[in-house]
Amino acid sequence: MTMAKVKWLAPTLYIVFLMLPIYWLLNMSFKTTNEILNTFSLWPNEFTTDNYVKIFTDPTWYNGYFNSLTYVIINTVISVTVALPAAYAFSRFRFLGDKHLFFWLLTNRMAPPAVFALPFFQLYSAVGLFDTPIAVALAHCLFNIPLAVWILEGFMSGVPKQLDETAYVDGYSFWRFFIRIFLPTIAAGIGVAMFFCFMFSWVELLLAKTLTSVAAKPIAATMTRTASTAGYELGLLAAAGTLTIVPGAFVIYFVRNYIAKGFALGRV
Amino acid sequence: MNGKTSNPKAWLFVLPVVALVAFNALIPLMTVVNYSVQETFGDNVFFWEGVKWFEQVLHSDRFHASLGRQMTFTAIILAIEVPLGIAIALAMPRRGVWVSVCLVLMALPLLIPWNVVGAMWNIFALPDIGLLGRMINGLGIDYNFTQQPIAAWFTTILMDVWHWTSLVVLLCYAGLRSIPDAYYQAAKIDGASGWAVFRHIQLPKMKRVLTIAILLRFMDSFMIYTEPFVLTGGGPGNTTTFLSIDLVKIALGQFDLGPAAAMSLIYFLIVLLLCWVFYTLMMRGEQQ
Repeated sequence: MTMAKVKWLAPTLYIVFLMLPIYWLLNMSFKTTNEILNTFSLWPNEFTTDNYVKIFTDPTWYNGYFNSLTYVIINTVISVTVALPAAYAFSRFRFLGDKHLFFWLLTNRMAPPAVFALPFFQLYSAVGLFDTPIAVALAHCLFNIPLAVWILEGFMSGVPKQLDETAYVDGYSFWRFFIRIFLPTIAAGIGVAMFFCFMFSWVELLLAKTLTSVAAKPIAATMTRTASTAGYELGLLAAAGTLTIVPGAFVIYFVRNYIAKGFALGRV
Repeated sequence: MNGKTSNPKAWLFVLPVVALVAFNALIPLMTVVNYSVQETFGDNVFFWEGVKWFEQVLHSDRFHASLGRQMTFTAIILAIEVPLGIAIALAMPRRGVWVSVCLVLMALPLLIPWNVVGAMWNIFALPDIGLLGRMINGLGIDYNFTQQPIAAWFTTILMDVWHWTSLVVLLCYAGLRSIPDAYYQAAKIDGASGWAVFRHIQLPKMKRVLTIAILLRFMDSFMIYTEPFVLTGGGPGNTTTFLSIDLVKIALGQFDLGPAAAMSLIYFLIVLLLCWVFYTLMMRGEQQ
């Protein structure tokens, strides 16, 4: 009996610990900067939505969200599209250099973005893509494609080969089989791979900031700039931060039952 | 790797992936290699320097100090997050509505942009306006992470535990869910202790996901940049300047391209080597 009581305590305490900083951010986002700096209170005394109003009406703020979402979505589509046939090849075929190629792909997931920041800037300036969402979307392929291949390969390896063979016996061409039968079979895997590409592209800032200046500036970078030039507009900063949590919370809800499988790269 | 047919045409399937990743990986990598063996005084004029920068970096106290801090940080967060993650996963409800609630709430920190994580912890831990700072000071402990190295380390570690422990929890939880109920019933009939169930049923089932969790946590904590940079800026002094922060300081702050490039390559090789070890262990585990 006592065991059972203690058991729910650990996750509960852990979740409280997770929520505290988020609550603090939320709390501040409804305060004026003046109140944040001058009074310490657990909830807003002068409740205000001015911070949010400012973000939703000022283009330099809300464009940041559009820019971020644009490159995140482009990146997700590119990464998953090219990863699908590659993951199929890795899960079904042996070919020259397959294991080395797989490891080489993984090494790019391991490359510290700080190593690549400056060369990326030069590369994307040279090809004329600097300060476009495409540049960030392509740059994030560096770590998202390997991740998508890894996750999808895990899910695909869980599908018995008999499925492929039966389809060929039934007279399906490869692409017809791949699109009509195979992809629906691993729909959950595709969803999970998309979620992870979305997530890692959404949270990354170093490359996104390096590759943009004005036109394609991501929301996260907009926040750092505002913090340094306009003094510390903490209320505004907190509201902007709170809003960056929303898309994540939204997508988690859809993949909640698969999220662990995705982190395990399809290998649970 | 068994049951696969040999098919050279499979290369066509992987070609788009290889092209895109190579564009992003090889060209910048060659740029870095190029810088690492040359000296520049601006105006795009470069002089051949050979391995000078590598020698300089490998012998520099600054690099040793950052590397030491990086390794200490990674070791500490692995030592905290892995056991804590396992413990929470074991205590999570196995079915019911609370499972979804727990999963969604726990996954939340993973989807917050990294600089927001840093900014959020900054305002959460500040001694004057932050809840955490107020609470610790309220306990009678003098705490100010912008001035005390120990407080800065404590805050950075707590932030990382907050940010990433859920990853370990989710993975372990998925591993635990794959254990059929019959195993637990059999253990109950045999009168197995809680420890015996953990050691002989739960831990072996979690082995694979745990390896992945450790691999991911190792890689990401070794590359950590944005969160501590926003939280502490690497300070006070250099006390929380980890490898990536130091690298960006040298490359973009001082524009010492040669030493920065040499350091990048050494850094990348260390990550690569350690990951290769993990990867080999993981693949070996998978074949068994």
